[in-house]
Amino acid sequence: MIPSAFTFYKPDNIDKAVSLMADFGDEARVIAGGHSLIPVMKQRLTDIKHLIDLSGINEIKGIEITDNQISIGAMTTQVELINNEELFKIAPIIREASLQIADPQVRNLGTIGGNVANGDPANDMPGLMQLLDATYKLSGSNGVRDVKAREFYEGAYFTVREDDEILISISFEAPSGGYAYEKQKRKIGDYATAAAGVILKVENNMCSSASIALTNLSDTPVYCNKAVDIILGKEIDNNILTQVIEACVEQSDPVADQRGPVEFKRYVAGIVIKKALTRAIERT
Amino acid sequence: MDDVKTPSREERKSALSGLGTSRKRVEDARFTQGKGNYVDDIKLKGMLFGDFVRSPVAHARVKNVDTSAALALPGVHAVLTAADLEPLGLHWMPTLAGDKQMVLADGKVLFQGQEVAFVVGDDRYAVADGVSLVEVEYEELPVVTDPFKAELKDAPILREDIADQKEGAHGARRHPNHIFTWEAGEKEETNKVLEEAEVVADEMVYYHRTHPCPLETCGCVASMDKVNGKLTVWGTFQAPHAVRTVASLISSIPEHNIRIISPDIGGGFGNKVGVYPGYVCSIVASIVTGVPIKWVEDRMDNLMATAFARDYWMHGKISATKEGKITGLWCHTTADHGAFDACADPTKFPAGFMNICTGSYDIPVAYLAVDGVYTNKAPGGVAYRCSFRVTEASYFIERMIEVLAQKLGMDSAELRSKNFIKKEQFPYTSALGWEYDSGDYHQAWEKAMTSVNYKQLREDQAKQLQLFKDGKSRKLMGIGLSHFTEIVGAGPVKNCDILGLGMFDACEIRIHPTGSAIARLGTISQGQGHATTFAQILASEIGIPASDITLEEGDTDTAPYGLGTYGSRSTPVAGAATAMAGRKIRAKAQMIAAYLLEVHDDDLEWDVDRFSVKGAPEKFKTMKEIAFASYNQAIPGVEPGLEAVSYYDPPNMTYPNGAYVVVMEIDVDTGVSDIKQVYALDDCGTRINPMIIEGQVHGGLTEALAISMGQEIAYDEQGNVMTGTLMDFFIPTAWETPNYETDYTETPSPHHPIGAKGVGESPNVGGVSAFSNAVHDAFKPFGLTQAHMPHDHWRVWKIAKDLGLHS
Repeated sequence: MIPSAFTFYKPDNIDKAVSLMADFGDEARVIAGGHSLIPVMKQRLTDIKHLIDLSGINEIKGIEITDNQISIGAMTTQVELINNEELFKIAPIIREASLQIADPQVRNLGTIGGNVANGDPANDMPGLMQLLDATYKLSGSNGVRDVKAREFYEGAYFTVREDDEILISISFEAPSGGYAYEKQKRKIGDYATAAAGVILKVENNMCSSASIALTNLSDTPVYCNKAVDIILGKEIDNNILTQVIEACVEQSDPVADQRGPVEFKRYVAGIVIKKALTRAIERT
Repeated sequence: MDDVKTPSREERKSALSGLGTSRKRVEDARFTQGKGNYVDDIKLKGMLFGDFVRSPVAHARVKNVDTSAALALPGVHAVLTAADLEPLGLHWMPTLAGDKQMVLADGKVLFQGQEVAFVVGDDRYAVADGVSLVEVEYEELPVVTDPFKAELKDAPILREDIADQKEGAHGARRHPNHIFTWEAGEKEETNKVLEEAEVVADEMVYYHRTHPCPLETCGCVASMDKVNGKLTVWGTFQAPHAVRTVASLISSIPEHNIRIISPDIGGGFGNKVGVYPGYVCSIVASIVTGVPIKWVEDRMDNLMATAFARDYWMHGKISATKEGKITGLWCHTTADHGAFDACADPTKFPAGFMNICTGSYDIPVAYLAVDGVYTNKAPGGVAYRCSFRVTEASYFIERMIEVLAQKLGMDSAELRSKNFIKKEQFPYTSALGWEYDSGDYHQAWEKAMTSVNYKQLREDQAKQLQLFKDGKSRKLMGIGLSHFTEIVGAGPVKNCDILGLGMFDACEIRIHPTGSAIARLGTISQGQGHATTFAQILASEIGIPASDITLEEGDTDTAPYGLGTYGSRSTPVAGAATAMAGRKIRAKAQMIAAYLLEVHDDDLEWDVDRFSVKGAPEKFKTMKEIAFASYNQAIPGVEPGLEAVSYYDPPNMTYPNGAYVVVMEIDVDTGVSDIKQVYALDDCGTRINPMIIEGQVHGGLTEALAISMGQEIAYDEQGNVMTGTLMDFFIPTAWETPNYETDYTETPSPHHPIGAKGVGESPNVGGVSAFSNAVHDAFKPFGLTQAHMPHDHWRVWKIAKDLGLHS
């Protein structure tokens, strides 16, 4: 459990970090909280020659709320997301989901940027960002660009981020309506066996807006567009809910691991989706 | 002087903090301040580090080991392979079970994680880089992970070194992958009883492979002083003296030139009883390089390669009359030992004390056979927080009782009560040959059933079942019962030894002139609190306050010889030695007091902390006064000083027992179980420190919870370890740990000097059955008879699915 040798850099602004990334290409990696990266380095599953620590860059930390628009710096820790009262008022699902990540020690160091940019389908934030239809801001040698969270993930640990790009912030509009993030896990600190998030609004007895997403049920986070199409504009009854759950499970594609076989995961996916839907509806 | 109140007898007694006192643990001051001294805290001048190149595959021929690139790396000093150890005869080493084990891969590897080469370097970083540069050429061979396939005719032969040996350390071998057959009881008579029985329950009970996983992994620092020829090894050893003797026997270094030191140990649970390749390689490397070598496992090494626990497939048949009187028990166990038989059992017991599997019940006839087999898995088979194979035995009988109750249509609490060994039957000789020392099982059971309000629990369960059947709830309630009898305190030298070393233990006491004392023991605490509790035993025996007694263990140069700490043997054996040594001190003290008081020895009586003249209690000499006198008075016929040593060979094992109840609610859709109640009544005989007992019970229950509800060492078909990190290997945190209610009855052991039986392992033994039985009980109404542990979410979900509860 000893990593191979690497050079450590701690730039104090994003331009310096981007320029280091440009210099070293795929031999460099940025490190945020390190909870995913350090274990794979220690197991020598990855060989990183240049490690660029982002913790000295203040411009990519903090939470900004303007009207209905929320912007979160990539180096904002999960505990900061949890403790921010303004954010809780305007987007309570962030606290609900963050509290289900790992344990307090991990959340003290774990960042939203690391969680979403690593491309690990087991992480909770990428699913949450599908739900919120968030936008990721990436900074690279060719400047800054925006990528929709729903278009960011290509496969497990593969994203549209270029080698020299660094995720600097995440923005989204404050959600409205009922919400819930449901996660089944084996124990504290574990990744989800299955997790689902729902945001949904009911007006005049009809579902006027909806968003549903899944975590750790495929090689990327899953935005359940088919299920959303089913529920939008409909009166919510048991029949519709059954169809919605079926459509979500249909879009899942879990793999077997020590948490259980595929059949079990798909079944539990149905259960967590149902729980999330039920609780979100109760909160409308 | 008149103002000074003479302390009463009770006050003097309480000032000692002796037996029965919830004395705070003296060890905790350093542990809670981060000032413990563990193996990894030991730093010696010039010390180098060592680590292993481990096999990535489970079964392969090792065609070549190329160390040149590693040796060329700056900072790497040496790379040891089997070829380097062979001239010393150390490429293989004997196991505690009469087998032998490769120290470094000798031509082939037999399990994933097996030690192939040992790299020595300046620091952990250089060593890790060196490890990655050793090139090993493997030719993969077919893998056997299923013990039932190991003995098939065309099964690949794992142990080519002994393929032709028809006779093993424990009798005949019938297949190259077969290790031993061990039998106890009456085969024919048992078969006859089963054939003629009114009711027979037949079930396969699997106790899965798991791991003790102590918080501190295994490690050592070996230091060979070439000037004086003395080898010192600091290590995580649960049995330092046995390690010294074994080290001397296999290295040919005279035993007086070897010093083994167990410093603070961060949990053992059986994992640190055996001898591992890391110890041997560190010693050899220190001899080769002339400087100290440190080797400490990481978590993955520990889970993958050092001793596992359990892995017993126990096929049982239990017979009874229609009224529920048990008439016979039959058990055949297939024991998966992995690649080498490295079980840490008393040498004559290759399946440990599995023959305690008649449990708490008066079963007239029984038969047990255990077949050990080799597979491509890590070696081990240690007693993980239990005496040798006792949790396996207890789980087996407690499942068989449940299965029988189901077959009889009888409440299992009633079935237990009907068959318990009665109080008046003790000492009781079991059908499989043990003499149970004492117990009052009915009293304990009734106390437990009353405390949990068993009748009410069953009513609540019925209501919940109705809600489930009516479609109003997706949850079932399970009530898990267990009554266990352990066999601990190994043990009498007449039948218990490890590699020929009798399993006695020892205590040596020296009283200082000012009346304080030091006591040294052959055991070693790994968190049990020996420094606290053994001082309490002594305080009561010799009348010196526990706080004035220093306890030392773990240094073979200073401590008396003993077999160490595991299998709940410290209190039954070393605790007895402590009391006996204390009594020797008291006997000499009596002579000194008689001289000082100018009376005859027989005119004195012991009174808490002093000898006083019979009928004249105002004439007395306290132990403190006697101690000083022993150093400054010339007493005719009495040697100066006040010291004693006792080597205690226990006349029998002790038999702690208890009654546990677990209540849980299970969601049939998610497989999630919510533990509502855990009640644990323990009878460990005389209670030395109730607070430490409670702590031990909490810890053991938590490990029992882990084992039954999720913890396992799992392999895939290629022999890859699937649970090599704490992400997948379940260790409960405070979050997963339920509330525990502890209770007790107190039935002293009649043969132990203070009546104590040992408690550290009881909660694991009784707990696993109680948790597992609760899961089974929840699904009993739907016909479930047996579902193997661990009862993690998906396996519980699978039970529900297979019973048709998802449609």
